[in-house]
Amino acid sequence: MEETLKKILKTYHENSGNIITILQDIEKNFGHIPEEAVNWFAKKLDIPASRFYGVATFYSQFHLKPRGKNIITVCRGTACHVKGSERLINRLCLELDIPEGEETTSDLKFTVEKVNCIGACGIAPVTLINNTVHGRMTIDKLIKEIKKIKSE
Amino acid sequence: MEKNIIIKVCMGTGGVASGGEEVLAKFREMITESNLNAKISSNCHAQKVGCRGFCSKDVLVDVIVDDVKTTYKHIKPDMVERIFNEHVINGVPVNEWLAGPEYNNFHDKQTKVVLSHCGDIDPEDIDSYIAVGGYNAAKKAVLEMTPEEIVNIIKNSNLRGRGGAGFPTGLKWELGLRIKSDVKYVICNGDEGDPGAFMDRSVMEGDPHSVIEGMIICAKATQSNSGYIYVRAEYPLAVKRLQMAIEQCLMKNFLGNNIFGSDFSFDLKIFQGAGAFVCGEATALMRSIEGKRGMPSPKLWRSAERGLWDKPTVLNNVETFANVPKIILNGANWYRKLGTERSGGTKVFSLSGKVRNTGLVEVPLGISLREIIYDIGGGIESGKNFKAVQTGGPSGGCIPAELLDTEVDYESLARAGSIMGSGGMVVLDENTCMVNTAKFFLEFTQAESCGKCTPCRIGTKRMLEILDRITSGKGKDGDIELLEELGNHIRATSLCGLGMTAANPVLSTLKYFRDEYIAHIKEKRCPAAVCRDLITFTIIEELCKGCGSCKRVCPADAIRGTRKSPHRIDKELCIKCGSCFDACKFKAILKV
Repeated sequence: MEETLKKILKTYHENSGNIITILQDIEKNFGHIPEEAVNWFAKKLDIPASRFYGVATFYSQFHLKPRGKNIITVCRGTACHVKGSERLINRLCLELDIPEGEETTSDLKFTVEKVNCIGACGIAPVTLINNTVHGRMTIDKLIKEIKKIKSE
Repeated sequence: MEKNIIIKVCMGTGGVASGGEEVLAKFREMITESNLNAKISSNCHAQKVGCRGFCSKDVLVDVIVDDVKTTYKHIKPDMVERIFNEHVINGVPVNEWLAGPEYNNFHDKQTKVVLSHCGDIDPEDIDSYIAVGGYNAAKKAVLEMTPEEIVNIIKNSNLRGRGGAGFPTGLKWELGLRIKSDVKYVICNGDEGDPGAFMDRSVMEGDPHSVIEGMIICAKATQSNSGYIYVRAEYPLAVKRLQMAIEQCLMKNFLGNNIFGSDFSFDLKIFQGAGAFVCGEATALMRSIEGKRGMPSPKLWRSAERGLWDKPTVLNNVETFANVPKIILNGANWYRKLGTERSGGTKVFSLSGKVRNTGLVEVPLGISLREIIYDIGGGIESGKNFKAVQTGGPSGGCIPAELLDTEVDYESLARAGSIMGSGGMVVLDENTCMVNTAKFFLEFTQAESCGKCTPCRIGTKRMLEILDRITSGKGKDGDIELLEELGNHIRATSLCGLGMTAANPVLSTLKYFRDEYIAHIKEKRCPAAVCRDLITFTIIEELCKGCGSCKRVCPADAIRGTRKSPHRIDKELCIKCGSCFDACKFKAILKV
C-alpha cells in the first residue's frame, strides 16, 4: 500500500493537487478510501484527518467501506424514475440478498448503488454494469446479466 | 468515376450503450476487406460522430455518398454487412431500415446553433472541427478584436446564461473585464447535475472544441489567462473527449502561451467533480476546485469580483460557451433575432420520459411547450394521455396540460410555477403519480442539501417526512397546508439556489394536482396506481389463461395456481413489485 500512496503523493506535488484529487486517486487505486490511507496522508501533509473525512463524506464518489467486485449502478434520474428504476433497484437487492440500508453483498461480490443521473435519459431506464452502459433495462434483462456474471 | 463515401456512426453515450463501437468496427472491417478485394474503388471511410440528439433511435448511421445523406436507425452490428453490400457498394439504400420521415420531422422543426456540429463531426479530431470553420471565431477574437468589442457583441446578442438563472452573459463579462487583477479565471460549469438533463454532456461529448473556443473568446474578453472546465465525475466520456481536445489545442497553439501567435496566453485545465449536485452552484463549484467541501457562500460579492481563490472569476455554463463562437462569426443581430425580445438565441432541451421521440432538441426561445412535445417529440408514447411536463429538474416544477401553450422562455416558465433551468424536460403521462414525483425530487434535494443552512437542511427533511407519510397512506388533515407553509419558508430563507427552489416541485404539483394529494390523504388511494403502499394486485379469474408467466417472474413466490387454470396472488406474500403485471399478456392482472 505504501508504494501506491507514495506515488499519489508525488502526483499531488507535481500537479499542485488538493484533498479531492488525493481522494480520487486513493479511490481509483483501492476501490474505496481505507482509513490507513487517510492517516498516512494526514501525517505526511500535516492536515488533520477530519478534513479528509469532511471532503470524503461530502461527495458521493468516495466510499469509506470496501465495495463489491462487480458494481451495478442504477440511474435514479427523473426519466429513469418515471420508467421504473426504483423497481429495478428493489428487485436487484432482493435477487442479490442485500439487506436494507446496505449496498454490498456480504461476500463482496456485488455492490448495487444509485447514481443521480448519468445523462442518458433518451434510453431510460439506464443501468451501468461494471461501467458499461445498458439502456432500456428491464428486470428480465438485469437478472440475465447477473446470472452471466455469477457463472463467470 | 470515383465516389466519396463517408459513413458516420453516432457515438454519444446513448450510441455507445446501444452498440455504436461494434457497428463502427464492423463498418471499418468491411471497408478494409473490400479494399483488399478491390470491390470498391471509391474513397470510403467510416468515422464516429457525437450525439445528434435522436437517442431513442440509436444506433443511428449516416451513409453519405457524394454529399447525399441517408440515415439508418436502430442499427446492430449484424445489419452492417447488408448496408455495406447493397448501399455502399451497389448504391441502393436498404429501405426498410431507413430512419424515415419521423427522423426528418424531429430535426426539421429545430434550429441548430449549439448543436449544429454535434453528430456531424468527429469529436476526437480537431481537424474535423476546423474543417467546419472551427477556431475562426477564436482567432478573430484574439488577433483582431479588443476585449471591449467582444463584450459589446455578446451584450448585443442578448445571450443569457444557459445554466438556468438566465443572467445576461455580456454584463457578466463586462464586469469581469472591468475589475483589475493580476490573476483572473474563466470557469466552464459542466456539472450538469439536474436529473433528466443531458444537453451539456452531449455538447461536451459531441463538440468539445466549441466549448473550448467559447472559453478562449471569454478569456480574451475578460483578460484572463487561466481557466478550468469543471466536469461531473459521472461523465467519463465527456472528460476523455475534452482532455483529447485540450491536448490537440496545445499542439496547434490554440491554448497555452502566445496563442495564435499573439501576445495573449490562456491555460486550460479540467477538474473532475466528485459527485455533489450542489457543486453546480457557482460558489460551491469554486470551493470544490479548491479541494474543499462544495458548500455555497453568501453572495456578498459577485464571482466576477471575488471567485476562485478569491480572484475575479467569470463562470458560464457549457451551452453558453458553445454559443459564443457562432455569435462572434455571425454577429449579434443574427443571434438576437432567433429568440424573443428578452432572451436571444436558441435553447437546447433534453426531452425524455413518456414521450415518443426522446433526445436532444434545440429550439428558438419563445416556442411553445406543445410544439416541443407534440411536433418534435411526437406526442406521448403508447397512446396514453399527457399529464404534465417537468422542466428545470429538482428546482423546477410540473406544468399541466392546460398550460401547454406556454411559451418557453425564462419569464413565462417562471410564471407557470416552474423554471427554465438548464433544460431538462421530462414528460409525464397518466400513469405517473404526481405526489410520488414530488417526493422523488424532494428526496433528491434533501439528500443533496449541503447542510450549511438550516431551512434547507431541516426544512426539506420535514417536507420529505410528510410526503412519505402521504404516499404510504398515513397522511392526515393539515398536511397539505403544512407542506405549503414549510415550502414558502424554505424558499424565502435558504442560502443558495438549491434551497430556494427545493420546494418548487411540491408547490407546483400542489397548485395543479391538489386533488391527487387529497385522494392519497383522504381516500388512501393513489389515482395513478404507483404508490406501493396504496395499491394491490389481483388476478381477474375470467381473463387468466393459466399460462404461468406471472408465477415464473414473481420474486416472492406469491402466485399460486396450476397450469391452464386461473392463478391467484397471495396478498400476504406480495411485495407489489409489479413484475406479474408486466409479464401478463392477457391483461388479467388488475392494479388498483
